[in-house]
Amino acid sequence: MKPKTETELAEMVAGLSHPVRIAGGGTRGIGGPDATIQTTGLGDITLYEPGALTLVAQAGTPLAEIEEALKAEGQQLPFEPMDHRGLLGTVGEPTIGGVVAANISGPRRIQAGACRDLLLGVRYVDGKGQVIKNGGRVMKNVTGIDLVKLMAGSWGTLGILTEVSLKVLPKPEASATLAVQVPGAVGAVKAMSAALKSPFEVNGAAYDPQDGRAFLRIEGFSDSVSYRTDRLKSVLGEFGEIAEVTDTADLWRDLRDVKPFQGHDGDIWRISVKPGDAPDVSARLAADQLLFDWGGGLIWVRVPQGTDLRARLGAFDGHATLMRADAQTIEAMGRFQPETTAIKTLTKGLRQRFDPHGIFNPGLMG
Amino acid sequence: MDMPSPNPDILRRREAVLQQLLQVLPKDAVIHDPAETLAYECDALTAYKCPPMLAVLPETTEQVSDVLRICHAEGVPVVPRGSGTSLAGGALPTADSIILGVSRMNDVLEADYDNRFIRVQTGRTNLSVTGAMEEEDFFYAPDPSSQLACAIGGNIAMNSGGAHCLKYGVTTNNLMGVTMVMMDGSVVEIGGAHLDAGGLDLLGVICGSEGQLGVVTEATLRILRKPEDARPVLIGFDDNEVAGHCVSDIIKSGILPVAIEFMDTLCIKTCENFAKAGYPDCTALLIIEVEGSKAEIDYQLSKIVEIAKRHNPVEIRESKSAEESAKIWLGRKSAFGAVGQMNDYMCLDGTIPVSSLPEVLRRINEMSDEYGLLVGNVFHAGDGNMHPLILFDANKPGDLEKCEAFGADILRLCVDVGGCLTGEHGVGVEKRDLMSHQYAPQDLEAQMMVKDVFDPGWLLNPAKVFPLDASASRREVRLAAE
Repeated sequence: MKPKTETELAEMVAGLSHPVRIAGGGTRGIGGPDATIQTTGLGDITLYEPGALTLVAQAGTPLAEIEEALKAEGQQLPFEPMDHRGLLGTVGEPTIGGVVAANISGPRRIQAGACRDLLLGVRYVDGKGQVIKNGGRVMKNVTGIDLVKLMAGSWGTLGILTEVSLKVLPKPEASATLAVQVPGAVGAVKAMSAALKSPFEVNGAAYDPQDGRAFLRIEGFSDSVSYRTDRLKSVLGEFGEIAEVTDTADLWRDLRDVKPFQGHDGDIWRISVKPGDAPDVSARLAADQLLFDWGGGLIWVRVPQGTDLRARLGAFDGHATLMRADAQTIEAMGRFQPETTAIKTLTKGLRQRFDPHGIFNPGLMG
Repeated sequence: MDMPSPNPDILRRREAVLQQLLQVLPKDAVIHDPAETLAYECDALTAYKCPPMLAVLPETTEQVSDVLRICHAEGVPVVPRGSGTSLAGGALPTADSIILGVSRMNDVLEADYDNRFIRVQTGRTNLSVTGAMEEEDFFYAPDPSSQLACAIGGNIAMNSGGAHCLKYGVTTNNLMGVTMVMMDGSVVEIGGAHLDAGGLDLLGVICGSEGQLGVVTEATLRILRKPEDARPVLIGFDDNEVAGHCVSDIIKSGILPVAIEFMDTLCIKTCENFAKAGYPDCTALLIIEVEGSKAEIDYQLSKIVEIAKRHNPVEIRESKSAEESAKIWLGRKSAFGAVGQMNDYMCLDGTIPVSSLPEVLRRINEMSDEYGLLVGNVFHAGDGNMHPLILFDANKPGDLEKCEAFGADILRLCVDVGGCLTGEHGVGVEKRDLMSHQYAPQDLEAQMMVKDVFDPGWLLNPAKVFPLDASASRREVRLAAE
């Protein structure tokens, strides 16, 4: 089902008698029932004011179209959303609704915030077929309970997004990346911490153990970038040999999309931890491959098919999401981090009220 | 502004509730003498007052839990309170409620610079969070004007902003985790030193929920390394509209200042008389601050000046030193005080799309003539968060009501141009009844459903945020159950 308007979508939901999968371009690989409501019929940018740094678009608008419109004005989505197609082997056209529903952010998340931090407002259809709005299109808004954040990262389980408004930012004039040769995860996290603790506004900090280098990115006006890059070199000197990377845009796109894992078999997990815990946590996973982003705070893990990574992880401060595996493994491990009883009570209560008939992406999040 | 009448049944049980509280709290943490509970009769919105039945000042999460468990069992409403600096009546009690103040819980629990977070108890004041990190040159970014006094707990409740949130975001963008006590006394941990939620983003719902969902006792906050330096430029214009265009052009140019502040004629004159900051005699004044190394600041300021010059400014004053910076900021930072010394005033907090600035300012001035009340405008121009100050005479019968009506008209205007009722102060009781102008009944219902989940008995901070008629059936269910 592919409604053309919000009203049509709302009527469709009100008449549903069976669960549905909610999809934009279908590139995030969530699975679910065969019956699908796809938002790609709602595909317009409804408002774009570069001088106010705001963009409002219908949920099914292709991400590429939005990025193109922003580029024409020298702006961008600051949270650098990743493209899952290469990693998950999906096809299709990513939509802005999908990005928001899954709260997809990339390397710049550590400085610019996650998708949810730049999300100013939403319109969605709830499980009863009602159109609800929350937030708006202004940067500061504390009017009532913030359902905007709740909808971001709810993976369609609370409602079907129909329109989102986002804060956008100027595209930096220049970008530079330093690569530091480090002996292992401990050294890498130390080097990245030192960079992120500096006043030089590092907005990318990733480490690829196979490559043996930690990457640190600085962006802004040209003169400022060269000044800060120079200063950062002196901060990083003690951690290893430093070189400047030239193809910085390609490098960060590949890190964002976890390119080093692409084309390899196995299950893929995504773990969010306190950066300083990353070396210990990753060491107990016996992984085939690791990739660290967010200064160590985000660990990508590739393990043999069916590995019980949750058992290897044990109790830890953070959360692990199973991003790629066969249906049986997903069923056994659960895609999302198991919740404590207290949290489960709250999230279950919210789901029952937002989607009382349990028709939106049932079972996806618990 | 109406509040529901106190429940006589609760008032009758005052003594019994007091005795139970004394069993779980130190004696000096329970305030019951009417002469002392009077201290909690209002917050910074002093137009509305009502002493609570009792006030408690717990020192630990466990004590907060004990208090809430007792109040839950007894059906007593609880009004959480940080430092009582809310401008929206967020901590205004009802006569049958208990004020739960977190002011004695003000410890720093952990400061971790390598992992860039600090964990504090929520009674700690905003400025003293940064104060605790002075030696390491770190800071906590949200900086509400009341930062010397306001508590982190209140900041979380109201999702507070400040002058510098154009670059660093508001509280919700800097909050990583909370320890929260639910109304039934149970304690939940949400988030922590890692980023983003593993499931639904409950932290995002809690931040800005105005004490409707639980009492946050501990918070993990994102901290940042201080920039090398910061300096402002002051630019005067003879026309509000032109100043608005200048703001828009600066933002479009790719510069991201940490702050863009705007003052109109009345505020410029009042601040100048008060603070002698040397402000030019003009219609609109911008103060724009940028950060970085000396060379970076020079570069950004020169770009800003270049853009400003295209708009025929009457004055441009680039700060060259810390002394000059302080002088430029002096007037702006004393704006509320300066106006307050001159007159009674009501401070509004509506936010508008930046592009609507000229139109909204023009309409406010027209309304000012219609109501016969003066209004000064000082606001965060970069993000469209306005703070119109309506002047009135509290001793003149009918003036407060006229001022309230004028304020409501301005806020409705903010909503009508695509903005919202409140950018950083919160709804509280002040804007509660205007919520129906911004939200349709089903939108409010969706928000109230969240409260149903967290606080099924509707005991936490009752009769706030949602229009009384919208929340009536839920609050009555609570009364009927008792």
